[in-house]
Amino acid sequence: MEWDWAFVWQIMPTLLEGLKITIVATVLGAIVAAVVGLVLAIARRSPNPLVSRPVGFLADFIRGTPLLVQLYFIFYVLPDIGIRLSPLTAGVIGLGIHYGTYAAEVYRAGIDNVPSGQWEAARATNLSVRQAWIHIVLPQAIPPMIPALANYFIAMFKETPLLSAITVLELMNQAKSVANSSYRYIEPITMVGVFFLVISLISVVALRFLEERYARVDER
Amino acid sequence: MIDWSGYIGLILQGALVTIELTVLGSALALVMAFAAGLGRLSRFAGVRVLATVYIEFFRGTSIFVQLFWAYFVLPFAGITLTPLQAGVLALGLNVGAYGAEVVRGAVRAIGREQHEACVALNLGRYHRMRHVILPQALPLMLPTFGNNAIELLKGTAVVSLISLTDMTFQAQVVRAQTGSTLIPFATILVLYFAMAMAISAGMRWLERRASRGLDGVRV
Repeated sequence: MEWDWAFVWQIMPTLLEGLKITIVATVLGAIVAAVVGLVLAIARRSPNPLVSRPVGFLADFIRGTPLLVQLYFIFYVLPDIGIRLSPLTAGVIGLGIHYGTYAAEVYRAGIDNVPSGQWEAARATNLSVRQAWIHIVLPQAIPPMIPALANYFIAMFKETPLLSAITVLELMNQAKSVANSSYRYIEPITMVGVFFLVISLISVVALRFLEERYARVDER
Repeated sequence: MIDWSGYIGLILQGALVTIELTVLGSALALVMAFAAGLGRLSRFAGVRVLATVYIEFFRGTSIFVQLFWAYFVLPFAGITLTPLQAGVLALGLNVGAYGAEVVRGAVRAIGREQHEACVALNLGRYHRMRHVILPQALPLMLPTFGNNAIELLKGTAVVSLISLTDMTFQAQVVRAQTGSTLIPFATILVLYFAMAMAISAGMRWLERRASRGLDGVRV
């Protein structure tokens, strides 16, 4: 079978439609992951072992099991207990929770990097724990984490084709349905690969820029 | 009442396929990691470019797309793969690309003086790598290799989508036949986690072995 450019142009609108959903899922997933990660990281540092232990185990469990199975779990099991989610919502929650556990490790490293003198100074000036977190620790901890977080969000972008398994009509699913109806697999699947490669390569350049901009911890 | 014993058997059969895929995929990934990782450090520009293209290509596209490409597009080029072969190929090449960066980083982390000492002792390139650099670089690679192996294990779930009867596929079969969703999916989540734990325990053991006798070599 030969490569057919006319067919590529013909399917392009459908693929771009899918790409839009892929990007929406990535952005929403990244937001959920950033929030979930922060909550997990703070809960894991809790002085109460009844909080920190189970949270730590849960995070390890989520990180040690496949995203695909977690998506199935959210999509098929939750309706049994009355939580009915649209495919895209289920996908975003799955991506967000899965990558949130990775983001939690990045936050943890970032928070550990804030010198303990900053904590002590915050306490000495009579700031509450909440104020110390919001005004002292997090503003210093977050900028150096940005490149590492961005790295995970690129990884998450590359995992979004899994959402096609729970019937989200993203890029991969659009390509599959085009392939199934026309019996041509070469162009759709290859174009999906090309889209991902191009976007990943662009994000790698953006990542380099973020590293230049934020990763200089020593210049503080 | 559903007779669960038969369904549990089905899931355990799937677990064997998952383990087989993980082991074969890891073996291929290990070979590719060393080939491409050392290739990037080669003195020949051609080899360096080839290795870089391989690494960037496989890290830049997702495992899912690579798998579908191997399974659906390669047959048009005359290469027909069974689902297992396509799965091992895609997983091995994908994780191998990540592993290659680990190999490169670990080899580069070994100090210049080690290279210079080898030159002073008149060791050839092969002997320098084999007897001096790699034994020191290996303990640095192992923890990340362990994480990569767990990523590979998690990647095997994707092969269920090209009709390979791994654990995730069997869980879907059980779901379709019994209508129960919680039990099959909860079971395989626990099994995947147990396998991931086994990998990380095995890697810790390897790490202890590989760093034996290296105390005091590096600060």
